[in-house]
Amino acid sequence: MTEIFKAEVDRRTLLRRAAAVGLMATPAVGMLSACVGGSDDNSTKQSTGTKSADNPLGIDPKAGVEIIIFNGGLGTAYATDVDTPLFNKKWPDAKITYSTTEQISTVVQPRINAGTPPDMINNSGSNLMDFGAIVKAGQAADLTDLFAAPSWDVSGKTVADTLVPGAVEQGTYDGKPFAMNYSFTVFGLWYNKKLFDSKSWKIPTTWADFTALCDTIKAAGITPFGFAGANASYYMVRALLTSAAKIGTEQALKDIDNLKPGAWTADPIKKAAAAWGEIGNKYINKTFLGLKHTEVQLQQDQDKLAFYPCGSWLENEQSKDTPPTFEYAVAAYPSVTASDQLPATAINAAAGEIYFAAAKGKNPQGGKEYIRGMLSKEAALGFTKLTKSLTVVAGAADGQTISPGLTSANDLLGKAGKDVFMGYLFDTWYKKLDDESRAAANDLMFKGGDADKFCQRMEAASQAVAKDSSVTKFTRS
Amino acid sequence: MRHGKYPFIIGFLVVPVALYCTFVVAAYLQSFQLSLTSWSGFGAIKYIGFENFQKLWNDDLFWKSLRHNLFLLILLPLVTVALALVIAFLLNVGGSSRGGQTRGVRGSKAYRIIFFFPQLLALAIVAVIFQRVFGPDKSGMINGLFPESWSPWLFLADERWAMTCILIVLIWQAVGFYVVLFSAGMGSIPAEIYEAAALDGATRIKLFFRITIPLLWGTIQVAWVYLGIAAFDAFALVNIMTVDRGGPNGASSVLSLMIYRNTFEFSQVGYASAIGVVLFFLTLTFAALTLRVTRRESVEA
Repeated sequence: MTEIFKAEVDRRTLLRRAAAVGLMATPAVGMLSACVGGSDDNSTKQSTGTKSADNPLGIDPKAGVEIIIFNGGLGTAYATDVDTPLFNKKWPDAKITYSTTEQISTVVQPRINAGTPPDMINNSGSNLMDFGAIVKAGQAADLTDLFAAPSWDVSGKTVADTLVPGAVEQGTYDGKPFAMNYSFTVFGLWYNKKLFDSKSWKIPTTWADFTALCDTIKAAGITPFGFAGANASYYMVRALLTSAAKIGTEQALKDIDNLKPGAWTADPIKKAAAAWGEIGNKYINKTFLGLKHTEVQLQQDQDKLAFYPCGSWLENEQSKDTPPTFEYAVAAYPSVTASDQLPATAINAAAGEIYFAAAKGKNPQGGKEYIRGMLSKEAALGFTKLTKSLTVVAGAADGQTISPGLTSANDLLGKAGKDVFMGYLFDTWYKKLDDESRAAANDLMFKGGDADKFCQRMEAASQAVAKDSSVTKFTRS
Repeated sequence: MRHGKYPFIIGFLVVPVALYCTFVVAAYLQSFQLSLTSWSGFGAIKYIGFENFQKLWNDDLFWKSLRHNLFLLILLPLVTVALALVIAFLLNVGGSSRGGQTRGVRGSKAYRIIFFFPQLLALAIVAVIFQRVFGPDKSGMINGLFPESWSPWLFLADERWAMTCILIVLIWQAVGFYVVLFSAGMGSIPAEIYEAAALDGATRIKLFFRITIPLLWGTIQVAWVYLGIAAFDAFALVNIMTVDRGGPNGASSVLSLMIYRNTFEFSQVGYASAIGVVLFFLTLTFAALTLRVTRRESVEA
């Protein structure tokens, strides 16, 4: 045995071993995509029961349901304290297995590929899975029967009947609904109502008023407008495209979603980009490019920033940092031109937060039944109270005083009337294009406001996606 | 004595080799296989030949990322090794010699702990700390030190400097470890050699270049390879610290980040695997080259 120990490890051997360590650095790639293929023809035994008036989806009352909830801005209390008790009141023998994560794709994607997904998945957060790809791979359950089923607690109506217009449409992929977008978000320009009242600044409805007000605000030593370039420039993309839709109706955004050639160089986009680029040139704080959304939002809470483009989750997200001198309110984006096709009151409001049932899990019907429970009025109200976020369940929060920001958002919805549009879907359909739009928006707003460059760049990226055969395409009308 | 040699060796090797085959070799093979597909990460796999590599060739971001990796590959080992050598030399033999014995500068033990400390911090924590150090407004540590009238440096938000910021953090984090490594190496250099040289009237600079470096050459080689490998990674820092992750405008993108984003965010596992394959060959080439170039007879004490 001495021979084994005789050979000393010389330095060259050590070096060779070090090189081997280098080879360890790359297989991570393979590890990321472990379990290749695998589950295409899986035959997991799925639980079902007999359909009846009381059990419209035909679930097995004794089969457990596994749910996974994203732990983010909305928290998880709505699931554990509202939805699950509600579900178990009706189905006491169906055990809910609950888990939560901040990294949905890292946790769930391998399980989907292994053929053992959770039954109901909340696909949200910055680490969400590409839902378009999930649908194309047949991993999401068709929710047609869910939306056609009677509502949980509104008698005489189907689930679809109880939802706000566009809610089902938003989760529809090539004609079939696969996702339930639960929360309903109103987008606009957020500001501190108390500050604006004390300075008697009036909310602008035209672009001229907007720039005039920005001048006044700047003179008062406050940054008029800003967003966080480091991680939240998609808020700016939404502001810009909302303005574009107001100039040229939602059709401008539909063309973008459909990857139509020339969609990004069309007149409404150009005008919106030029108008916003000017705001970037004159009124933005250039250091925001390096800041994260929390840092910029904190600056707004400290009245160092006047207008911030965001959705109605903002108030809840900032609740810990909002001083008593600050009261959130939201305004519609001002009209860009005098010939805008939508009125100044028009707003972008959209359903968000995807919940879906896994098609190849153990109990997809159970997962759908859980979603049906979430779409009850009772659960929706509970969700709104806990998260200060509206839901797609129409009128679930009516007559409830929840918070000033949410009331303001509700007012905005009322004023907009029929001029509420869903917005765009390319950001969830084509993540690469979404990524490009964030970088392009940063460039436009922080680096000189060149609208043509913005349009050309996005047009090129959009056409590159259109030509890429490895990207699954979707269309909307 | 040959009796029982093979069962003994096999007994030692079975577990590591099995682990290595499962988690390294198999994963590699799978990456190679996937790089020839347009797999999205879900569902069916379609073979598309070398299309991914063609796409890679035309992808500006890929070339940008590659340039950034090369930037790190050249500067990270160079600066880190140089700094670590100088510091280790000062800590071990740079002080005044008393009674004919060389020793480190005053308080060298305390310095050693301080230099090693960054190594103990998780990379994610380092990234978050340095995000504050490089904060682009007055709340940032460096900008806070500047006079009020200066307009703040954007650091990570400036396309020209983003990559340099990453390099600085990598160096800061790595230097301590190599100081300790080189210190250990210097400790094994017999003191008589230094004494003899000192008696012959060699200055400290001469000692450093004529005695320390040649005798440490093997250790330096190892350090070089390790640092080179770290330069091919840099994922955690870039992912956490940079604007728009890899931005602004791809100014801080690196290959590992591209792999991650294509896999998990863009649903282009096939494309990501193609990048992985490129990275594999790059690492291999680097390791082979380093072994060739640095081959030099070391002086054995």
